[in-house]
Amino acid sequence: MTTLADRPVTASTGSFKLSMLLNDSRYRSLTFQFIALIAIIAFMAFVGGNLVRNLTAAGLNISYAFLGEPSGYDINQRLIDYDSQSSHGRAAVVGLLNTLLVAFLACITATIFGVVAGVLRLSNNWIVSKIMAVYVEIFRNVPVLIWILIIFSIMINVAPSPRDFRGDDATASMMFFDTIAVTNRGVYLPKPIWGDGSMIVVAVLLASIVGIFAYRRYSRKQLFDHGKMVPVLWPSIALFFVPVILVQLILGNPITLSYPELKGFNFRGGITILGSLIALWFALAIYTGAFIAENVRAGILAISKGQTEAAGALGLRPNQIMSLVVLPQALRVIIPPLISQYLNITKNSSLAIAVGYMDVTGTLGGITLLQTGRAIETILLLMLFYLTVSLLISFFMNIFNNRMKLQER
Amino acid sequence: MNKTIFFGALATAALAAGIAGASTLDEVKARGKLNCGVNTGVPGFAEPDANGVWQGFDVAVCRAVAAAVLGDPTAVEFVPTTGKTRFTALASGEIDLLARNTTWTFSRDVDLKFEFTGVNYYDGQGFIVNRNLGVSSAKELDGATICIQTGTTTELNLADFFRGNGISYEPVPVETGAEGVQQYTAGACDAYTTDASGLAAQRANFEDPTAHLILPEIISKEPLGPLVRHGDSEWADIARWTLNALIAAEELGVTSVNLAELAAGTDNPEINRLLGSEGDLGGMLGLDSDWAARAIGVAGNYGEIFANTIGEATPIGLARGLNAQWINGGLLYSPPFR
Repeated sequence: MTTLADRPVTASTGSFKLSMLLNDSRYRSLTFQFIALIAIIAFMAFVGGNLVRNLTAAGLNISYAFLGEPSGYDINQRLIDYDSQSSHGRAAVVGLLNTLLVAFLACITATIFGVVAGVLRLSNNWIVSKIMAVYVEIFRNVPVLIWILIIFSIMINVAPSPRDFRGDDATASMMFFDTIAVTNRGVYLPKPIWGDGSMIVVAVLLASIVGIFAYRRYSRKQLFDHGKMVPVLWPSIALFFVPVILVQLILGNPITLSYPELKGFNFRGGITILGSLIALWFALAIYTGAFIAENVRAGILAISKGQTEAAGALGLRPNQIMSLVVLPQALRVIIPPLISQYLNITKNSSLAIAVGYMDVTGTLGGITLLQTGRAIETILLLMLFYLTVSLLISFFMNIFNNRMKLQER
Repeated sequence: MNKTIFFGALATAALAAGIAGASTLDEVKARGKLNCGVNTGVPGFAEPDANGVWQGFDVAVCRAVAAAVLGDPTAVEFVPTTGKTRFTALASGEIDLLARNTTWTFSRDVDLKFEFTGVNYYDGQGFIVNRNLGVSSAKELDGATICIQTGTTTELNLADFFRGNGISYEPVPVETGAEGVQQYTAGACDAYTTDASGLAAQRANFEDPTAHLILPEIISKEPLGPLVRHGDSEWADIARWTLNALIAAEELGVTSVNLAELAAGTDNPEINRLLGSEGDLGGMLGLDSDWAARAIGVAGNYGEIFANTIGEATPIGLARGLNAQWINGGLLYSPPFR
């Protein structure tokens, strides 16, 4: 710890006087920063002390022991094993994964919605551009909670309930050759059953994904070095599907599908995507997509018209102009506000309880809080969690942003 | 930056905790109003009527306490609370009394630092299903989707019941009873579970109440009662004995009709002590001598309140059952007024 007396005295003035802390511009800012720091620390100490004092007075204390105790409640959507005998800590992790799941899905979908709507809003087609303008204005000007509730109540009231699928006079039926059931409780999809040799199929799939990236790199090199346009989209799709399907057929169908079947009260034997997840995911995506559309439009408009005209003069087609000339430059403008939108999606996902989706606010900040009464502890944990996730998203998006920046040489 | 947020939240929590302190009775008197936490809306128990005036069985407890303390049954600020917000509202001092069908449990009484001041309704958790499911017992609900209010004891009872019977279910958490009913009637869940009284109350509002069946199993004990914060026993005494006065009045035959006549003095010393013509029980509570008479005067004794809000003559149609006086084979038993 350095005291004031230890500070190196600058040669020009000879000796250090106390009054220089205020009068000398070299020290003044340090003095004020130091005073501000002391004031903030004192305030926090007062507030923290006040909290502890009042808690003691009310006979309460701060303790995280409840995290190890059995939770006693069930959660309908769990990505890891969990039952009512698991601990509150595990319930929090289940909720945390659910938050990350819906945030991840919504970020991707919102980006797709946003880019499509943003590009189409600048379309020369009057109807298309106006439809997109209506979409943006409607969705971003109504609170997201309302959208979540609207989409959820439409879903539970319009979609058939499982009992409508039963019997000879069923009013509802499964779609796509009886493989998919859409009900007001969720969507039931076929589930893959991993038989012998299925790992080979998965390995081939991973290899084709690597292959796709290698091919894209090759096509880029061709473009930059030789100015040749190599088709990318269709070869990529073919690379993705053809090897996997071939291997699956050659090995004699190691991966089979288990179809959902109506048993008892519900469909069983498939993958269930709960209605609450769909409603929350779709609402977050379509709401945030409207904001992203505006970011994308702003990014495109920021690119000078000369770029488009020059590209056109070189003989590029409109979709090539957009994907090869305009969008790569527009990304520099689009990405920073896009980070904010991703953060918004993650934080808005805490509205999940409105539709009964058990995210971390619903498990740790909801049921656990109410059953244990540990409000301060759980809220602090929640804040820590959202802060960490948001900072991580910012961190990775900033890396991405730096790579997309204009490379100045 | 991170630290600022952290301590900011601590400060908010500290402010909320710091309110407890002065005597609640003095605070209520100085304010001239009782802040009473009630449900967000359960027919018969707590619901605003067409004129926006709160009515119901739990509301009657609030009004009786307000009449006893302030002399005016309308001097109540009703604060609608959800299963999630009720305890925070009470602990932070936002409300003085919580009368919101809240189950008396060990951890709420001991760990959450609340004081239950009696039981105004002995309830148990039940299930409601649509008759066309063909289910006649809760044990046949294997694999069913069940709507449940989150943050309640019913959530834990449900998990215990299904685990105990070795059957599975899928919980659909909802925030309020209204949301639960909305999902249940849309068929998004096969069954809805909450206290049996609440099921009867909600069923009364269904389009076709007869199409729905309340299953015979009662899977838990749910003693519902008003509660206050720990640490102010005088205020807890007032709430406890106001409820006891309503119960004792029924036992002693004091009704809203004969109240004025009996308050003048009778041959029954217990009635005299209750209504203040003999002794000074009110003074011991820090109130005046006819506090109990005022409380009973609002809507009558316990039996009258029950009959007018949730009894068999109302659309809710609940029988007295466990909530009959002990002399009639029920559990209602007020300690003596002496």
